[in-house]
Amino acid sequence: MRTLYKFHGGIHPPGNKAQSTQLAIAHAPLPSKLAVPFHQHAGETAKPVVQIGDHVLKGQLIGMPDGFISSAVHAPTSGTISSIDMQHIAHPSGLPNLCATLIPDGREEWIERKPVDYREHSPADLQQLLRMAGVVGLGGAAFPSDIKLRIGKQKIKTLILNGAECEPYITCDDMLMRERAAEIVHGAEMLRYMLDAGEVLIGIEDNKPEAIAAMQQAIADCNNFEVVTIPAIYPGGSAKQLIRTLTGLEVPSGKLPTDIGVQCFNVATAYSVYRALAHGEPLLSRIVTVTGNVRKALNYETLIGTPVDELVALSEALPDTNGYIMGGPMMGMPLHAMNAPGPAVHVPVVKAANCIIAASDRLFPPPPPALPCIRCTRCAEVCPADLQPQDLYWFAQAREFGKAQAFSLFDCIECGACSYVCPSHIPLVQYYRFAKSEIHAREREKQAADSARERHEFHLYRIEREKQEKAEKLAARERAAQAAKSTVEHSDD
Amino acid sequence: MLSALLVMAAIAIVLGAVLGFAAIKFRVEGNPLVDRIDAILPQTQCGQCGYPGCKPYATAIAAGEADINRCPPGGEEGIRKLADLLGVDFKPFGGDTNAPKPRSVAFIDESTCIGCTLCIQACPVDAIAGAAKQMHTIIAAECTGCELCVAPCPVDCISMVAIEENITNWKWKYPLHTVAVRRAGSTRQPGKARPAQ
Repeated sequence: MRTLYKFHGGIHPPGNKAQSTQLAIAHAPLPSKLAVPFHQHAGETAKPVVQIGDHVLKGQLIGMPDGFISSAVHAPTSGTISSIDMQHIAHPSGLPNLCATLIPDGREEWIERKPVDYREHSPADLQQLLRMAGVVGLGGAAFPSDIKLRIGKQKIKTLILNGAECEPYITCDDMLMRERAAEIVHGAEMLRYMLDAGEVLIGIEDNKPEAIAAMQQAIADCNNFEVVTIPAIYPGGSAKQLIRTLTGLEVPSGKLPTDIGVQCFNVATAYSVYRALAHGEPLLSRIVTVTGNVRKALNYETLIGTPVDELVALSEALPDTNGYIMGGPMMGMPLHAMNAPGPAVHVPVVKAANCIIAASDRLFPPPPPALPCIRCTRCAEVCPADLQPQDLYWFAQAREFGKAQAFSLFDCIECGACSYVCPSHIPLVQYYRFAKSEIHAREREKQAADSARERHEFHLYRIEREKQEKAEKLAARERAAQAAKSTVEHSDD
Repeated sequence: MLSALLVMAAIAIVLGAVLGFAAIKFRVEGNPLVDRIDAILPQTQCGQCGYPGCKPYATAIAAGEADINRCPPGGEEGIRKLADLLGVDFKPFGGDTNAPKPRSVAFIDESTCIGCTLCIQACPVDAIAGAAKQMHTIIAAECTGCELCVAPCPVDCISMVAIEENITNWKWKYPLHTVAVRRAGSTRQPGKARPAQ
């Protein structure tokens, strides 16, 4: 039995996971149209490489990675590109972003797939393949996986597969582990090869006994693999907290897990790494849990770009549904009905969308009015990052951003445990997001000002230099004229 | 008596020499206060303050010749930071200075541009690309929105375009939520929305 470690705080919200694990993963039918955003991952937006009217095949590249941290985007099915324009996406701002609209032709015609044997390629080649296959972290952050595999000189001792899935309602990783455990383990072997890592730990919370059994069976023939059952606690599936639970190591503030010899991938990411390398299939679909206020909660294998409302319609939302949540109830993003501010219900499913919850006032009653902070420090007791949320709240609402930063605001993982326990119902995480984004904006402005100062100083220097050059030229010409004059005078003599 | 005087004189000479040496060795080039003021100014180089750039304005503030409320692009926050740094009271905008405007970048209507290079000469940060009798264009990422290129253009082909909010520059807003107010004799009841400042 492996020694498990505890992280600070954590909460035990009701799981609500049983509803969507009764039936096997279903395939969502081809939707009437797909809207594929070019910015589904952390980093730079992919560059469109198709034109309006082009016929594309399933798996054809439509967005080329642009910049170091970026990822490719592909056509999820065969069909015709009917438009490339700004469309609504799932973003808290509710602002539109560049999307390609694809009208499926129903034939599901694939491009030529090129499976590779990973042992015959260098890790650098495989990383490039994953980048071009659009593989990103499927746990929710959608960080390009190839970047996480570029470790430089660091030595990775432990590769962690994250199957904790700690957030209520979400069961997509649970179902994936139950049904496709062998593929996940193959993907983990590929990741281990690329990282040159030693042991592989698969962390799964104890509320998923079927997934644990399936994974244990899948690793039976594998060397140095271990499935570790961890206690169910929120947010035990957050990367830093999971690393702490499994290894006892703490990722220092401002550092990455690789700095302490650990790297962490979601189980669904390992699965898509396997599909990308062993089958040559880019990331075109993902498992999405549809649950909450619906008649039949279910997990669907869903094509990227499927409109969320078409997907929820498959599960028959109940009449009192008043909006959806993309993600879980703790960290997810509310999608509103039309005309309300913020993202709308018809946005497309993206690579980061692990769950769609149909919301109603019955399931998620509107929060009561907030009362003043009474400094009870209940938030500090549950904070998994061991911060002082009440102080951070105080500084954020007073716009004292420097102090908030000094109190490690950027170590906050926005898990929402503080807001969950706050007896005054203060939306604490909103204040932290506000403060973080103000600080980022100020940093951007400062950089722009510094660059403008440099350019202005060079501008002044250039003008001065041009003036000097002109004066020198003039002087040289005068000297030449004088010399010529004097020679003329001499010849006159 | 005499020895005491000699000792004191010797100490004075030694310390004087140390101070004199330090004054030469550790001499600070330029005025550090000017640099700190300049760091607060937005570096638009627009000249709306009446000085030919941010550095000259910073020099004037440091010398006590200029008020701190003459920089519209810096906004009220800029005035507050200057007041903090200099230990003076906050002063609102007023008098002959322009009101702050939303940030914008210059835009050249390329079909009208005749390639006269006048705007290139006016740009304080070299953010306009082009050559004589060739079409010019703004390098939007480097444009500070100073508007200095607008006036010299003989064909009026330069306009200022406000920077719109998009996914990359969008910021989380100050949280707006209902707060409970408690009045004498009443229990908890929903109150007004917390104002965003």
